[in-house]
Order: sequence, then C-alpha cells, then structure tokens
Amino acid sequence: MRRPMSCAAIAAIAGVTLSHATLHAQPVDRTAPPRLAAPTAVTMPTTEERTLPNGLKLVVVTQRKLPLLDAVLVLRHGTEADPIGKEGLGALTAALLREGTAGRTSLDIAEQQAFLGIRLGSGASLEQTTVSLHAPTAVLDSAFALMADLVLRPAFPQAEFTRVRSETLTGLLQLRDRAPAIADRAFAALLYGESHPYGRPTAGTETTVETITRADVQRFWETWYRPNAATLILVGDISVEDAERRARALFGGWTRAELPLIATAANPARASTGITLIDKPGAPQSSFRIGSVGVARDTPDYHALMVLNTLLGGSFTSRLNNNLRETKGYTYGAGSSFAMRRAEGPFTARAEIVAEKSDSALLEFMKELRAIREPVGEEELEKAKQYLILGFAERFETTADVASQLAPLVTYDLPLDTWGGFQRGVASVTAADVQRVATRYLDPSALRIVIVGDRARIEAPLRATNVAPLQLRDAMGREVPRP
Amino acid sequence: MPVPPSRLLGAAAFLVGAALLSPPSLTAQSAPSIPFEKYTLPNGLEVILHVDRSVPIVAVNTWYKVGSGDEQPGRTGFAHLFEHIMFMGSQHVPVGKFDQWLEAAGASNNGSTNFDRTNYYETGPSNALPLMLWLDADRMGFLLPTMDQEKLDLQRDVVKNERRQNVDNVPYGRFLESVLPVLFPTGHPYSWEVIGSMTDLSAATLDDVTRFFRTYYAPNNASIAIAGDFDADSAKAWVSKYFADIPRATAPVRPTVPTVRLARDTMLVVEDRVQLPRVYQVWRSVPALHTDDVAMQALAQVLAGGRSSRLYRTLVYEQQVMQDVGAYQQSAKLDGMFVLQATAKPGQHPRAAVQAFEQEIARIAREGITSRELERVRNGMRARMLDELSSVLGKADRLNYYNYFAGTPDFAAQDQARWDALTSADVQRAAATWLQQPKVTLSIVPQGKPDLAITGGSR
Repeated sequence: MRRPMSCAAIAAIAGVTLSHATLHAQPVDRTAPPRLAAPTAVTMPTTEERTLPNGLKLVVVTQRKLPLLDAVLVLRHGTEADPIGKEGLGALTAALLREGTAGRTSLDIAEQQAFLGIRLGSGASLEQTTVSLHAPTAVLDSAFALMADLVLRPAFPQAEFTRVRSETLTGLLQLRDRAPAIADRAFAALLYGESHPYGRPTAGTETTVETITRADVQRFWETWYRPNAATLILVGDISVEDAERRARALFGGWTRAELPLIATAANPARASTGITLIDKPGAPQSSFRIGSVGVARDTPDYHALMVLNTLLGGSFTSRLNNNLRETKGYTYGAGSSFAMRRAEGPFTARAEIVAEKSDSALLEFMKELRAIREPVGEEELEKAKQYLILGFAERFETTADVASQLAPLVTYDLPLDTWGGFQRGVASVTAADVQRVATRYLDPSALRIVIVGDRARIEAPLRATNVAPLQLRDAMGREVPRP
Repeated sequence: MPVPPSRLLGAAAFLVGAALLSPPSLTAQSAPSIPFEKYTLPNGLEVILHVDRSVPIVAVNTWYKVGSGDEQPGRTGFAHLFEHIMFMGSQHVPVGKFDQWLEAAGASNNGSTNFDRTNYYETGPSNALPLMLWLDADRMGFLLPTMDQEKLDLQRDVVKNERRQNVDNVPYGRFLESVLPVLFPTGHPYSWEVIGSMTDLSAATLDDVTRFFRTYYAPNNASIAIAGDFDADSAKAWVSKYFADIPRATAPVRPTVPTVRLARDTMLVVEDRVQLPRVYQVWRSVPALHTDDVAMQALAQVLAGGRSSRLYRTLVYEQQVMQDVGAYQQSAKLDGMFVLQATAKPGQHPRAAVQAFEQEIARIAREGITSRELERVRNGMRARMLDELSSVLGKADRLNYYNYFAGTPDFAAQDQARWDALTSADVQRAAATWLQQPKVTLSIVPQGKPDLAITGGSR
C-alpha cells in the first residue's frame, strides 16, 4: 500500500536550493587527503608473572582506568584430549562447570552471577579450555570465589549432566539448519581426516555425545584440570600483590598431577585439488571453504604470513573481499585466515556466495589463489603492513582486549613480551618474503574446496568450471549412503 | 585473523540491552561519566568531543538522523542501502580509496542502520583523526558529483547478499519481517524490517539516491562525536576546516506514529527450513525514555533474560520442554516492542511455552517482582554501562545516542536515576498495561509440520 510522499521530503528537496545561500566560508582545498603527523608509539601493557607452589602461573596487568577486572584461567588442553568416540567430552565438561558445585546448585550459580552483574563463562576449544570472568571490582570477592568454586569443586550432578547432554544433542540437531556451520565442520573433517585432532568435531556429533557418561566427565575434569597446566591471567583494577594474595587463597589448594601426553598426529598426505559438494536444498547462498594444511603458531614465517593474509583476505580492501564483494557483488564479504596452532592448522578462504554465482565465484577464488603467488606491488604491500602496524594499538584498548591478546601466548608457550616485537616484525617483511610464503604455503593444485549449497542449482555449473573433480558428501563430510 | 568485512546492519537494529545503560557502581563506586564538550557549527552540525588519552587511539562516530522509519513505501531497505553507498567514494575520494586510505593509516571503519538513525564510524591510531574527518566531510558534502548507476547496482547486489546471509539463509530469519507488518499498522514507520524486501531493493533508482541524500544527509541533520586521544583545539580546527562550508538543508521532519493499536490477538504461521518449532509472542510497547521503558527492560530480564530468569527455570531447567527461551524490550525513538520467544525440544509442542508466558505475565501483573529480582536487574544494567565506557567507540556512540534521544549528551546520570527509581510496582503496572493487550503470536515451524504451530488461544 502506497502512502503519499510526506511533506517532510518535499520540503527538504526545496530546501537544498535555499541552503546554498548560507555558503560563506572560504573554500577548502580538498584535492588531496591531509598529511598525517607521526603516530604515537604504542606502549605494551606491563605483565608481572608469579608461580604458585602447585604450579599455577599468574599473569597480572594492572590497568586502573575503570573499576573492572577481566580474569581468564587458561588450561593448556582442550577438545584435542577427547577420547576417540567420545568427541564432545571436553566441551561438555567445560559447560558442566556451571551446573553445580559442592556447595551451590546450578540455579544458585546462575542467580549469583546475575545478581553480581558479572559475566562468567567456561568453554573448550581445540587446544585450550578457558574459564573467564568479567566483573566490576566492587564485587570481586564474591566473583572470584564463585569462579574458583566452578573450577575446583564442580559436582557434575547426574540430573544436570543428563539435561545438559540432552541440550547439547538438540544443539547438534539444530546445527543442520545452518549451512555455514555445516561447511566449517565438514571442511575440517575433509582436510585433516576424522582421526586427526584437527579434523574431529570439537562439539562432537550426535552419535559420540550419546555415548558420554557422567563418569567420563568426572574423569576428564580430574585428568586435565590441573594447576600445573594452567595460567590465570588478570587484567584490570588490581595490584600484583592483591592478585597474588587472592590467587593463593582461592587456588592454592588445587592439587597438581601429571598430565597424560597427547599423541601427535601425522598430517594428511598431499592430495590434489578437489571439490566436495554438500547438498542444502533451497539454500539461497553457497558456503565456500577453500584451503589446505597451513602452519603452526611457532612458524618463523609468522609476520610474513600475517602480511600475506592481510592483503589476500584479512582486511576489507583485501583481494578476496575486493574482488568477490566490492567488484563482483557475489557476497556480503569474503576473507581468509591462517589458524596457527601447536601443529599445522588450516589456511581457509571463505565466503557466503549467492547460489547462482557459485561457479563464477569458484573461478574468482582460484584466480586470486594463483595470483597471490606473483610478486606483490609496493603500494599494496605498504598498505597491508601499515594496517597491521598502525592498527596494533587498538588491540590493547580494554581489559578484555588485553586478556584476549595474552591468552593465546599462554596456550602456545610464547613469551609474554611477544607482542612487543610485532610491529618490528611486520615492518621487516619484504615483497620477496610475501611471495616466498605464498608459494610455500598456498598451492592451488592441492586445495580442499568444500561448498554447502543447493545441489539442484549449483552442481552442474560447478562441474562445468572444470576447476577440479567434484564429489558429493553428506553434512558430516562422509560418503552419501546409496539408496 | 579473519576480518569479516561488513557494513553491518548491526546489532543496532536491536538496540536492546545497549539502549538502557545506567552508570555503574554496585555500592560505593562513584558513577563514571563521559565528560564532553558540545558545540554547533553555523551550518547546524552538532559536534561532541570526549578526550581520553589512556590509549593512543581515536574514534569518530557520525549519526545521521535518518533510519528505515523514514523510508517511503516501495523503497523498504533504502536507508541501509544508502549507508552502503556512502562508502563508495565522493568527489575527492575515488572509488575504493575511502577504505584504502584508512587502512594505510591503520584505521578501520563501519556503519549501521536501524529504525531511527544511521551511524558511520572510524577507529584507529590517534594521528589518523584528520584523515577520518576529511573523509567524512567529503561524503557529507560531495557525495553526488561522482554518484552513478554502477555504484548503486554494485551495493544493491552486496546488500541483497547481506539479506541472504542474515535473513534468508538463517533459521528463523524471517521473524521480524513476518511480525512487524502485523504488529504495527500500515504506514507505521516500523512496520517493515530495516534490511527491506528484495523487490524494493531492486526498485531503488539513482533518483532515490539523490533525493535521499539531499533530504537527510545535511550537516544540520547530523551529529559527530569524537572520542579518544586528541587535542581538542586541533580537532575543532579540523572540524571547522572540513565541515563548515557544507551547506545546511531544510530540516527533515520525522514520520509520525499512528496511535491505532492491534485490535485482537493475531496468529501467524511460517514454515522454514528448521528442525524445531519456535514460537514468538510480540507486543507493541513503549519507546525509549518512556515512563515504562526501564520497567519493560526489567520485565524482559525477569521473564527470560538468562539462566536466572523465571521462564528459563520452568521451561528449560525444570520441565525441559524448551531448548531455549528469550525476551527483550526494543525501545526505539518513536515506538517500541516487547518480544518473548522459545524453541521447543524435539518431540515437544511450543504450546507449553505460550501457556507459561501467559501465567508468568499474569503473575507479575498481579504480584510484581521480588526485591531480589529488582536488584539483580539493576546490577546487570550498571555493569553493562561500565562495559560501554571501556572503549572510545562505545563512548562516542553513547554520546550520540543521548544527544539524539534525550536531546543532550549529558544524560548518563538521569539514565541511572531511572533505574534507581524503579520499583516492583512499576514492573507490575507495566506488565498489566502493555502485556495484557492484543499480541502477535508467530510460529516458525519445520516445513510440512503446521501442526507444531500455535493456532488458537492457550486456554
């Protein structure tokens, strides 16, 4: 139903002519952007380290801008420690910390958390488990006590275990609704294989979660939640002395134990480029995940790869986003990343592509992944480097920002002053470095290409590109059972 | 590190929790404030400065007082599409250079559109401030000379993909576009979704771009907040140099809100590619800063805000018939709405949720909330305010919010006072007044399973 154009709009159009009469200031020369003064040097937060007798490490950054504190307890192991066939155990254990302790019920914990106005979370990713607290310092006593209770005295009540497992299973069922999530899971499985820790689903599958028992959870917690494999990071309105006193009082009684070794897995053998199509009937977009096994966090090529990725798909003006979004309009955004882990994590290029341009987008992705191996121009290189170097200050603005920059250093055993060398490291990267790492780590002839989309609309056009052979798989990335 | 490139139709479209900050302090802490200086250029541009030199970064945040509520019929989604076009260069900024120059200076940028306003912002190292201002001035004053069909067509495609990514290819993604046209009467400025329809996006023309720009993108319809590490005198000089000669336009008038309300309970059923049925109940409620605004926010928290809420306890924790529950009060500038939702566990019918919604609303309308619940909600609000004060971008956006919604950036203390004054009786009255009115019940069910919908009264 149309309604007439409002009086406001009509008046405004008329107003433009009148408004020019108010122009009186001296015209400004706008032909070139202003020259900028030299940037202010970034001061890295000062970290203080302590170690408790039980092995718990403490990292403290005092930052008194606001009466706030961020605390992150980093445990060095995550879902990689899930036994084969019990995938999802580490994630379930972390979730169950909040569901009851020796002295508090699940509802008590939730109520206390809300009453204090704090955020208290727990979760497991591949190579770390974290319990994190964000609290106003006015409630620090209660907040810390609650956090420690969750970590040290979880009760894993049977009723809560049964309920949370059921919620997890429902969540896995709902994952089928989301093509991007299906693509992420299948890409990992297809790239590494389901027996490699990086190929196994961190949240588990409906089959594996079904088999998890309360005793499994209890054992997982007893095995992996140990102070000698943990670091408590504290950032905010707190002194080192106060932090240490509190850590000793709350975590001093946590008992150490030897942790089992996790076997390292061999990387999959190189395979030539292939496309895997997973059907999502009716999907208006196709979820693209393209990549290969990349590098570990301790790679000597870290800074060169950061620059490479920034100009390939790590910034708005990067080649992938500029091509697929800002030139072609096929997507709302395209990007790429190197997930650097203890061992070689994946390189992934990604986008959600309008279904009818799936074939064209595939060709553009391949074009960019080939072109990145050619020498990069000086202007483009400088833009990427300056974006990383000058944008660095923003990563350390809030207490939560600082904590999130420190946590991965702990997980990957890097010195706490690592970030102090970041800007220098990036500044030293040359065009030759970028080309060298591009050639070494991005091989267009050995890529896993996973596309989740409407098979009826996109299969034939994708095959017609002749980019690579195409296979069909189910939502887990497994062979589709024949009817 | 993946940088999801986005000109998001941000969370701002749901200024839910964010819109209700009150300064913190559970007990003895002094109430933080956002010290600022405000002045107005002769052309009407409002300028708000907040200096915080703790980290060498700066945020520039510009609000234009135009949102999807200002769109014309047949052009839904245009305010947001226009937002995208604002990044495509202007007379002195060739296509692509807006982003390239900012990135080369270490800065990032984005924008968002909601019912009431469109915002644009840059953050980055403090020495990039003059570049940010220069770029923002160029698109405020000189967008049209280089505007062309190609720019429009390209961003139209991008926005259609944004819609696919955030609405069409997302489970339950059609919630808002199903509810809004029923909840709000025809012609109401909030009766369509911010992202707009594919048909209307296709219909937008270059003439629309010109007209929209001339109507709404004038200095006297905007405010610019600068927060962070800068020298106030230098900032004023740059603002004056780059913005002062941009001519004002006749002030646009915002649409009015029809007073007519939903006459009777309305049931809607949408089939979607989902595994489980979800039910939404939506009431028209009150706008931001209305007498009952904070009471409705509190009600949302008490009913279904997290794991300490009443409906979580009964439906998810005790009966275990729902996978999740949720509630929010959206307080926009001209009007508001209140939403309750629940997703059924496998084998369960959403009917159980609707019955519980009705019971708890009736109980609160009868008895109010407990003093513990009241205190909990207040503490949560105070903590959220502190968080928003943590970043210069958060502070800049808050100053602009208060400036537009309350008429002054200096509103943090009054905002907190609203929460301090809240009583159980206020929440009780708000529940009785606004949630015992006719509502829209929307069931989003798996394809071919209309039996999982709510189709009649719950009694």
